[in-house]
Amino acid sequence: MSKFGKKSNTSQDIPTAALPDIIFMLLFFFMVTTVLRETDIMVKQKLPKAAQLTKLERKSLVSYIYIGEPKQSSLFGKEPKIQVNDVFVEVDEIIQFVNQEKDKLNEAERDQITMSMKVDVDSKMGIVSDVQQELREANARKILYSSIQTSDNI
Amino acid sequence: MARRNRPTAEIPNGSMADIAFLLLIFFLVTTTIANDKGIAMLLPPKPDPNQPPPEVTKNDRNIFKILANSQDRLLVEDEPLEDVNSLREMVKTFILNFGNPGEEGVEIYNSLPGSMKSFVSSFGRRSDYSDDPTEAVVSFKADRGTSYDLYVQVLDQVNAAYNDVYGERVGLSANEFLQLDRDDPIQERKYFAARDGIPRAISIAEPNKIAN
Repeated sequence: MSKFGKKSNTSQDIPTAALPDIIFMLLFFFMVTTVLRETDIMVKQKLPKAAQLTKLERKSLVSYIYIGEPKQSSLFGKEPKIQVNDVFVEVDEIIQFVNQEKDKLNEAERDQITMSMKVDVDSKMGIVSDVQQELREANARKILYSSIQTSDNI
Repeated sequence: MARRNRPTAEIPNGSMADIAFLLLIFFLVTTTIANDKGIAMLLPPKPDPNQPPPEVTKNDRNIFKILANSQDRLLVEDEPLEDVNSLREMVKTFILNFGNPGEEGVEIYNSLPGSMKSFVSSFGRRSDYSDDPTEAVVSFKADRGTSYDLYVQVLDQVNAAYNDVYGERVGLSANEFLQLDRDDPIQERKYFAARDGIPRAISIAEPNKIAN
């Protein structure tokens, strides 16, 4: 009189015919949402958290400046550094970078260039304000302090 | 023409799922969901070397001063402040003080919804806060040694206060105001109605050259 020995007659196969379709659906979702990274970020990037965020409207007008402690601190030291595209730059090279970025845009849109500042939370304001002074000098005045949305907003 | 019995030309699709899985995993790993969100700001234009720096002609009461030092301590309106999150309310009462409104100020006051008018009167008209929203300026000065984290938090609080004010004028919350889509004419009108007359006057002072 075992309770467990019984075998039911129902088949226990999970139908897998639709499996490829489901996987393809997921695949397409990720293919569409994915943005292949163009640059290799060489600085630590732990973005600050904030609540009042605005979204960037036009991606083509945006250039990125990364600031933070280098990941390879044995090579580059522990002081926060500025990275644009794929290289570290000094503060006085930023004007040149901004002008290069502006050259890629249409003439009418050059004033609307937005600099997205991706700054590590452990950085100090000194380096950030140095960069801002250079951006003022280069007439790229729209900036965005890239941050992560906190959940506790009202 | 008699047909020969050819083997059916079928592609074996048993491993299709596996191939799709492989691709899926590739995209899962490489994907970085773009998080291009942040606090937008407009830097002041670069100073003209031929012109002397503009003199501050505003009354002291119209400037809400926030200072941050290198130990991440805040000094707000000449008093130390421990909790960053209380800035939001302080800035809001500062903007909506209507201490001594000018002509435009009176106009703005009359355009406010009832709930905001009672908010204004509930706090009284402090003589050390702004005359009216058109005059109010929030000034924030950080030291070179201030952490970026605190800087963003303070900016966030000040922006939140302004968004609260803007949102409330058109009966929205701060977040709903932020999400107004300016491509839609109805929402765009709402956006400009909210912003009308009250500038988002946040002044970021240059930090001292020497950290203290």
